[in-house]
Amino acid sequence: MTLDSSARLEVDPLIDDPATRIIVCCGAGGVGKTTTAAALGVRAAERGRKVVVLTIDPARRLAQSMGIDSLDNTPRRVEGIEGGGELHAMMLDMKRTFDEIVEAHADAERARAILENPFYQSLSAGFAGTQEYMAMEKLGQLRAREEWDLIIVDTPPSRSALDFLDAPKRLGSFLDGKFIKLLMAPAKMGGRAGMKFLNVGMSMMTGTLGKLLGGQLLRDVQTFVAAMDTMFGGFRTRADATYRLLQAPGTAFMVVAAPERDALREAAYFVERLAEEDMPLAGLVLNRVHVSGAARLSAERALAAAENLDEGGIVDQGHGKTGVRDAAAVSPESPSAGHSPEAHPQVAEEPSESKNSRTQTTQEMTAGLLRLHAERMQVLAREQRTRDRFTALHPEVPVAEVPALPGDVHDLVGLRAIGDRLATGGRAPAGAA
Amino acid sequence: MSRLQVVSGKGGTGKTTVAAALALALATEGKRTLLVEVEGRQGIAQLFETEALPYEERKIAVASGGGEVFALAIDAERALLDYLQMFYKLGSAGRALKKIGAIDFATTIAPGVRDVLLTGKACEAVRRRDRQGRYVYDYVVMDAPPTGRITRFLNVNDEVAGLARIGPIHNQAQAVMRVLKSPETAVHLVTLLEEMPVQETADGVAELRAADLPVGNAIVNMVRPHLLDEDAVHDAANGRRAAVTDALKAAGVTGAAGLVTPLLEQAAEHAERVELEREQRKALNALELGAYELPMLSEGVDLAGLYQLAKELRKQGAGS
Repeated sequence: MTLDSSARLEVDPLIDDPATRIIVCCGAGGVGKTTTAAALGVRAAERGRKVVVLTIDPARRLAQSMGIDSLDNTPRRVEGIEGGGELHAMMLDMKRTFDEIVEAHADAERARAILENPFYQSLSAGFAGTQEYMAMEKLGQLRAREEWDLIIVDTPPSRSALDFLDAPKRLGSFLDGKFIKLLMAPAKMGGRAGMKFLNVGMSMMTGTLGKLLGGQLLRDVQTFVAAMDTMFGGFRTRADATYRLLQAPGTAFMVVAAPERDALREAAYFVERLAEEDMPLAGLVLNRVHVSGAARLSAERALAAAENLDEGGIVDQGHGKTGVRDAAAVSPESPSAGHSPEAHPQVAEEPSESKNSRTQTTQEMTAGLLRLHAERMQVLAREQRTRDRFTALHPEVPVAEVPALPGDVHDLVGLRAIGDRLATGGRAPAGAA
Repeated sequence: MSRLQVVSGKGGTGKTTVAAALALALATEGKRTLLVEVEGRQGIAQLFETEALPYEERKIAVASGGGEVFALAIDAERALLDYLQMFYKLGSAGRALKKIGAIDFATTIAPGVRDVLLTGKACEAVRRRDRQGRYVYDYVVMDAPPTGRITRFLNVNDEVAGLARIGPIHNQAQAVMRVLKSPETAVHLVTLLEEMPVQETADGVAELRAADLPVGNAIVNMVRPHLLDEDAVHDAANGRRAAVTDALKAAGVTGAAGLVTPLLEQAAEHAERVELEREQRKALNALELGAYELPMLSEGVDLAGLYQLAKELRKQGAGS
C-alpha cells in the first residue's frame, strides 16, 4: 500500500557510491536528525567507507557512546565499528569554530582584540545564525582536509528548518554589509568620512542607535568591526563557497521527518526550498513509522472482538467447548506460530477449579491485546493519511521509512538497528505480510 | 494563576498545540486571552485553520462559556519600528534606518535585542489596561522558543544589560525582567514520556531555576493509555498462546492463529514502552513540578482536538 505511492529511497546504493561525498540531514526539531545521521555514519563505515559525522547537539548518552561528549571540536575515531571502514565523529562547538576562524585570519594581537571584544563574545556565542554558519564553516573545513570520503552533517535545531540555508548568507552579508561599512567609517577615519552624505546618514543613525542601544554597545561594535577589517569579504566568500559545495553533485540532502503533520509540513517546505536552490535531494527519511504484523485485522474489528470478549466473560459456559473445537481447527495453519505445540498441553492442564478466573483473565488479556491493536491501527491510519498528503504534494520524492523502536537509541547496537531499518524499511522481518 | 503563561518544550513535543489549548482553557467564563507567537512560524494560524496572522491582535476562537482567544504573531522588525515611533516619532527616519540595514542589524544580529523586543511586546500586553483600568487580557499565553533556548530567550537582562548598559533598550530589558521574574509569570515545559524530552526538561528546569525564572508545570503531552500490564504480557507470551488463540476465535476473529504472534509482539513492545514511561515519569517527579497530562489524540490534533485538550487542561485545574 505505502510502497506504490512513491519510490523507495534506497539508502545503501547512496552511501556505497564513492561519488557521494556529503550527506546533509535536515528537518524540523525532534524528528531524529542526529540519530539518523549517526546511524547512516555507522552503516556507511561498516560497509567500508571512511566517514566523519558532524553532529550539532546530540543527546548526552548518544554522544557518550560515540566518545564525542568532550567538546574539543575535532573529529574522534569511534571504537567498535565492524568491517573495513572507519567512523569518526565530532560535536560542533560553534564559539570555538568562530574563534579558530579569527585566529587563522588575523595576527595574534588583532585576534586577541577581537576575541576579547564583548560584542564579538555575544555574537559568537549567541547570535541566532552563528550555529548554522559555523556548522557550514566546519563542513567546508572537513571537506577541505580530504581525510574522509564521506561527510555526514546533522543540521542545527533551528527555529525553522530553513534557517540553516539562510543564516550563513545572512551572517555573511551582515558582516560584509553596508551597515558594517558605515559603522567602520568613523572608526577608520576618525569620524571624518569623505562623503558628506554618508556622514549625515551615519550620524543620524549612530545617534538613534546610540540612544536606543546605549553608546557602549555601538563603540564595542565599532572596535570589533575595525579589528575584523581584514577578514571582511572573507565571510561572504566563504558562505558562497559553502553554498556551492551544497549544490555540488557529490552532495545529497536527506530531509528527515516523523509521520506527523507539522514535521511533514516542514519537510515539504524544505523539499520545495532545496529545489529552488538547486540543491540535490536524495529523499525523505520518515522516522518512527508504526507498523503492525497484524494489519489485516482492522481497528473496528479488533474493537468489536474485544467487546465480544467483555460480554463473553460473563457467559463463560460455552468456552470450554469452543476451545476444543478451535484447538482442532488451529493445527493446519499453526506452523507460523512456533510455540503452539507446547502451548496446547497448558490449556488441557488447567486445573478445573481455577478455570473460571483463569479463563476470565485470558479473556480480559485477549481483549487488552485487541484494544492495543486497535490503537496501533488508528495510529497507522493517521500516519498514512499524513504521509499521503505529503506524497500527493511531492510524488517525486523517494521515501525511506524507519519503523519505530519502543525506546531511545544510545549505542552502536541501536544505531546499527536503525541503519538496518533505514536501508530495508523494516520489511524484511517476518509478519510484514 | 500567573497572567503570563510561557509554554516551551523540546521540538516535536507539541508545544504550539499545548499553548493554543492552554489559551482556550484559560478563556473560560467570559475571560479573554492573548496567544502570542514569537518565532514567525505561523503555527497558530495552521492550528486554528486560519490564514497567516498579521502583526495585529485578532480574535481567532471563542471558548466555551463565551471567552475569547486573540492571537498575535510578533514580528521583531515591526515591533522595533513601533517602538522607535512611540519613543522617537521617527517616521521616515525609520524607513531610512531600514534601508541602511540598521533595523536588520538591531533585530536579527544584535544579540538579545530581538528577544527584548519579543518579550517586551508580550509583557506590554500583560500590563495593558483599558480606560476603566481593567486588564485588557486576563491571560497572555506565549508559544515560546524550545527548551534548549528558553532561558537565554527570557533572560534578556543578562544578554542586553551587559551590552547596552544605558539607554531605552537597557531600560526596556529591566522592565521586562521585572515581569518575567515575578510570580506574574510561569514557564511551562512540554514533554513526552521519552528519554530525550525528559532529559531536556530536567536541564531546562535547572537552567530556569539558576536564572531565577519562575518554573511552572511540566506538561506531559501525547500520553497513551496503558492497556495491558507487563505481567499479563509475559504470562501471555509464556504458555498461554493457545488460550489467547481460543479467546480470539471465541470473539469472532478470523485467522486467529496467525494473529497471535504479531499481537503478542505488539504487546511486548507496549510493555517495554510502559516500563520506559514509568522510568521517565519517575525522573519527572524528581523535578518536583506541578504537572498536567494530555492524552494522545488518535485522530491527530484538529480544531475539535484542540477544544478537547483545553477541556482536559481545565479539568486538571488550569484557569481555576
